[in-house]
Amino acid sequence: MIEVINLTKSFGDHLVLDGANLTIKTGETMVIIGSSGCGKSVLLKHLIGLLRPDTGQVLVDGEDITRLRGKELDRLRLKFGMLFQGAALFDSMTVAENVGFALTEHTSLDRATVLSRVSECLQLVGLEGIEALYPAALSGGMRKRVGLARALAMNPEIILYDEPTTGIDPIMGDIINDLIIELRDRLKVTSVCVTHDMKSADKIADRIAMLYRGKIIEVGTPLELEQTANPVVRQFIAGDAVGPITEGMEFGHVTRRR
Amino acid sequence: MAETTTPNAGAAPGASRLGRLPGSFQALGNRALEFFDYVGGVSVLFSQTIAWIFVPPLKWSQIAIQMFRIGVQSLPVVALISVFIGMVLAFQSAYQMQRFSAEIYIASLVALSIVREIGPVITALIVAGRVGASIAAELGTMKVTEQIDALETLAANPVRYLVVPRFIATVVMLFILTCYADLIGIMGGFLVGVLKLDISPRLYWRMTVEPLHAKDVMTGLLKSLSFAIIICVISCYEGFRTEGGAEGVGRSTTLAVVTSFIMIIAADCLFTALFYFT
Ligand SMILES: Nc1ncnc2c1ncn2[C@@H]1O[C@H](COP(=O)(O)OP(=O)(O)OP(=O)(O)O)[C@@H](O)[C@H]1O
Ligand SMILES: [Mg+2]
Repeated sequence: MIEVINLTKSFGDHLVLDGANLTIKTGETMVIIGSSGCGKSVLLKHLIGLLRPDTGQVLVDGEDITRLRGKELDRLRLKFGMLFQGAALFDSMTVAENVGFALTEHTSLDRATVLSRVSECLQLVGLEGIEALYPAALSGGMRKRVGLARALAMNPEIILYDEPTTGIDPIMGDIINDLIIELRDRLKVTSVCVTHDMKSADKIADRIAMLYRGKIIEVGTPLELEQTANPVVRQFIAGDAVGPITEGMEFGHVTRRR
Repeated sequence: MAETTTPNAGAAPGASRLGRLPGSFQALGNRALEFFDYVGGVSVLFSQTIAWIFVPPLKWSQIAIQMFRIGVQSLPVVALISVFIGMVLAFQSAYQMQRFSAEIYIASLVALSIVREIGPVITALIVAGRVGASIAAELGTMKVTEQIDALETLAANPVRYLVVPRFIATVVMLFILTCYADLIGIMGGFLVGVLKLDISPRLYWRMTVEPLHAKDVMTGLLKSLSFAIIICVISCYEGFRTEGGAEGVGRSTTLAVVTSFIMIIAADCLFTALFYFT
C-alpha cells in the first residue's frame, strides 16, 4: 500500500503540489490524470523517493520513503519499477544492458540467464532482436517500450508508469494496456499510471485520481468519475475546450518507424 | 543521494534571511551564500567519491573505458604542447643566459621549471579542457534526460557508477600524462640546447639530471594528483547540477572548464608557495 499524506512541493516560487492526499491499495491499478504541467510526474517521482517533498509523507508499506537514505532507500526502491516519461534509457549501453541493468547489479545470475530474462521482457512489450542496438538507434515509441521492459526486469511489486502509451501507436498502446492488466491479475502488481489517454485510463484503472492545482480533487472508479458532479473533472473527462480548466491531450500518436 | 543531485537546495532559506538588507548588500550576501553552497556541494561530492572507492566491487570495465578516453586520447595533444613548451623555455633562457655566458645552466633551468611547474600545470589545463568538458557534458546530458534519476530508481548510486570510475581514471592518467609531459618537455629543451646552442648532449643531460632532486619530482606529481581531483570533482559536480535542456548542458560545460582552470592555477600558486617555504 502506498499512502501519500499532505504532500507539498515547490520549485522556487512555483508551488506544484499543495497538500496532495492519495491512498493506493496493494494490487490495484491507480490512474492519475490531470492537465499538462500540473505535477503528475512530480507526484510520481515522490512515490519512489527521487524528489523529496517540502512537507508531507509517502508511506510505502508503512515506511516513509521521504526520510530514507542510502541502503534503506535502495532496498525499498528495488520493490519498484519505473517507466519515465522520456524513457530515460542509458545512452552508453545497449538495449540488453539497459534492460538487464538491475539484474546484473543486484542479482548473481549468470550472463545467459540475464540475457534470456532480457529477451523475455522485451517480448512482453512486443520487441524482438534489438538487444544489441543502442538507444540512439531506436524510435521514441521503441525507447518507451524498452524503458518498460527495464522496469519489468526485476519483477517489481509496484510499477510506476509515466504516460506508457504516449508516443505509441494505438494498437501497441492497447497491447501495453493489456500488459498492465495482466500484470495486475497474474502477478498482483500494484500500478500507478499517469496518462492523458482517457480510453486507456478507463480500460486499465481500478480507480482514477485527478490532480488539479496541486491537490487530488477526486478519486473513484472509472464509472464513478463519469458520473461526477465536479465540473473540473467533468470537463477533463469530456475533453472540452471550454470549462474551468484548459488542457492539451495526446491520443494514440504514432511517432514510430519500423 | 539527494545531496549530490540537488545541490542548490540549501541556498533558499539563507537568501530569504537576508531579505531586509539593502540591494547591493543582499546581492553580495547571495553571492557569498552561492559560493559557500558551491564549496559545500563540491566537498560533499568529493567525500562521497572517496567513500565509494572503498566499497567493492569497483567497475573495472568502466574504469578502463574512462582511462582510454581520458589518458590515451590526450597523449598526442600533451606531447605536442610539451615539446613546444620545452623548446620555448630553452630559447627563452638562452636569451638571458648567453649574456652571462652561462648557457650550460639552460638545461637545469628547463628541467626544473618543467618538472616542478610547467609539466603538471600544462597537462592539467589540457586535460581540464578536453576531459572536464566532456565529463560535464556527458553527466549533464544524463541529468537532463533523467538517466541519473533512472539510475537511482534501479538502486544504483550515481556517485558510485559515474563519478568513481572517472575519478580513478583521471587521477591515474593525469599522473602518467604528467610524467610523459615532463620527459617530452625536457626532450624539447634538449633539441634546442644541442642542435641550436651547441651544448654537448652529454653535458646537457648531466646538467638536466644533476639539479633534479626527488623532492622536485615529488612536488610536481603531488600537484598533478590535486589537479586531477579538482578536474574530476568539479566537472562531475557541474554535470550533476545541470538544469534546463541543451542550453543547460552548454552552460555546465563552460562552467566546468572555467572553474577547473581557475582552481588549478590557484592550487598551483598555493602549492608552489608552500613548497618554497618548506
Ligand atoms: N526539477 C524541476 N525544477 C523546477 N521545476 C520543475 C521541476 N520538475 C518539474 N517542475 C515544474 O513542475 C510542474 C509540473 O511538472 P510535471 O512534469 O510534473 O508535469 P506533468 O503533470 O507531468 O505534465 P505532463 O503531462 O506534460 O507530463 C511544471 O510546471 C514544471 O515546470
Ligand atoms: Mg509528466
